[in-house]
Amino acid sequence: MLYLKDIKKAFREPDGAALPILDIAEFRVAPGEQMVLVGRSGCGKTTLLQVIAGISRPDEGHVRVNDWDITLMGEAECDRFRAEHIGYVFQTFNLLRGFSALENVLLAMRFTGRRVDRGRAKHLLERVGLAHRTTHKPAALSVGEQQRVAVARALANRPKLLLADEPTANVDAGHQQQVLDLLRETCGEEQVALVLVTHTPEVARQFDRVDNLEDFNRAGKGAA
Amino acid sequence: MSLWKIAWRSIQQRSLASALTAVSMALGVSLVVAVLVIYSVVYQSFHRGGEGYNLIVGAAKGSRLELVLAGVYYIGQPVENVPYSYYKELHEGRLSEHAEVAIPICLGDNYEGYRVVATTPEMFEKLKYMGDQPYRFAEGRNFDADAYFEAVVGATVAAKTGLGVGRGGEADQPGSFRPTHDIAGQQQHKHRPFTVVGVLEPTGTPNDQAVFVNIEGFYRIGGHTAATAAEELAAEHDDEDEHGHEHEHAVPDEAKKVTAVLVSTDEDRSPGITRLMARDINQEKIAQAAIPADEIARLFEKIIGNIELVLLLFGIMIVLVAGIGIMVSIYNSMSDRRHEIAIMRSLGASRATVMQVILLESILLSLGGGLLGLALGHGVVAALGPTIAEQTGFSMGLLQFRGTELILIPGLVLLASAVGYLPALAAYRTDVAKSLTANP
Repeated sequence: MLYLKDIKKAFREPDGAALPILDIAEFRVAPGEQMVLVGRSGCGKTTLLQVIAGISRPDEGHVRVNDWDITLMGEAECDRFRAEHIGYVFQTFNLLRGFSALENVLLAMRFTGRRVDRGRAKHLLERVGLAHRTTHKPAALSVGEQQRVAVARALANRPKLLLADEPTANVDAGHQQQVLDLLRETCGEEQVALVLVTHTPEVARQFDRVDNLEDFNRAGKGAA
Repeated sequence: MSLWKIAWRSIQQRSLASALTAVSMALGVSLVVAVLVIYSVVYQSFHRGGEGYNLIVGAAKGSRLELVLAGVYYIGQPVENVPYSYYKELHEGRLSEHAEVAIPICLGDNYEGYRVVATTPEMFEKLKYMGDQPYRFAEGRNFDADAYFEAVVGATVAAKTGLGVGRGGEADQPGSFRPTHDIAGQQQHKHRPFTVVGVLEPTGTPNDQAVFVNIEGFYRIGGHTAATAAEELAAEHDDEDEHGHEHEHAVPDEAKKVTAVLVSTDEDRSPGITRLMARDINQEKIAQAAIPADEIARLFEKIIGNIELVLLLFGIMIVLVAGIGIMVSIYNSMSDRRHEIAIMRSLGASRATVMQVILLESILLSLGGGLLGLALGHGVVAALGPTIAEQTGFSMGLLQFRGTELILIPGLVLLASAVGYLPALAAYRTDVAKSLTANP
């Protein structure tokens, strides 16, 4: 499903020096597999997710998602690919403030070039328990509700890979498990591979596969 | 979820700034629209005033423009008059071959600030206004050729002064009046008053603001005929002592003069005859002939057109400044919106798509302001219309459009695209990874 090969990524310091963030020989995720990625803050977890999603280009190496090598795609093609095949749940939800819950989900469908499926959007919001809140804008939603909209949005285009960057970090303790369960259940239902980044040991313990980025990232130090 | 909707939502999120920039655009556009419409109305009204006849003949002294302004629009006064005999040449003499209609007019007096025009009944029987519209009477009838002291008033005069058939004017003789000397004079003629027998329907021409008296009665008023002839007349009669009452005497033609003659030629049957007649008259040096349409076109081209251009440029400058305001407003919002743009990019929107969203915002703001400006411009013209019509005779309405206005909309779209380019470029260049991890 996901295969990374010889990935290298460095950031430029203000003085022009290169700061290596990622140096990964190999990384795989099987179709439908749910796994957790852990590591100390700044070790490159978010950068890795962004490279997988095509948001950030690696300096070297290849990223294959379902046999498509996104590092060989042009930027616009990569954007379209990401819209159609990869879902992303952000730590800070990243909902668009001016749009309702339903519209945020519809927006994810807008950029695929396919027909916007309003029925699916409503179904997803119903699945995450927000059928009665579809017309509410993010400011009118609780933190937990916002994250659930983010989950629905990430699944809008039936991706085969979902990347979740600390999805429970900004959710209150009482709802963290709810969000996590929702993510796992919906990914399980839709046969979506899940790569979840977390700092929380309680979260990591719930997964069969837990990889520590520091174990296979040869860059050593970096910034997330 | 169209890109238009996404753009509209962005505008709504910055509603105050958006409204202010749209209003500034509206002000500029409304000025441009008002100038275009008012110019068009004035142009049409000037042309309308001169329609119905092809030529105006007046004294050789003075300019042709002065002749047209005085004879057609009752503005100013020619410096000299034309002998009555010359009018007769046009009416029934050697110059009448191609003159279908020749109407004499005498100017010089006023009634409560409105021009008194002495003429013949044929003015309203044989001439038309706006090219093909016959004169009609809202009240009464035209004056008779033999009734020397009958008069007809224009619609605006009747409305403003109350003078009409059997009403207004002299207190002891309702519907009668005595003109006052000169254009702005105050001294009333001391003679038998004129009696209003008709009120014209509104024509949208300067004739709405004039009082028309029988030219024969005009000549019988003191000071309107040649002094020599008048003295001779007085010498022949020992008026009141002999007869015991005042009576009107026939005024010889040699004592009469006219300010101008309105001529309608048979241009339709003899194309080019109007210009030939004008040339022949001008060559004689006794009088001069002017083609109203030509003189008005020249006036607009040389003077009024330039005024319009200056005002239009002023309006366009305001529109450009408003456009720059839109650019600044959107550009300034970009720093707040980088995160939002990065989110859209992360959802799969391409650089070109986010750039399009920004351009659409600019277009929506410009078009919104532009449409508001169009409505405002026409609204202002309509609101001021009655006042302007009252003061000038030019009638303006809400639905008066000028073809040039059609350029406004595509022009605004172009302007919006130009001013939106810089902010759109900023959106295009957004660093997605960096912006996503920055605080929103």
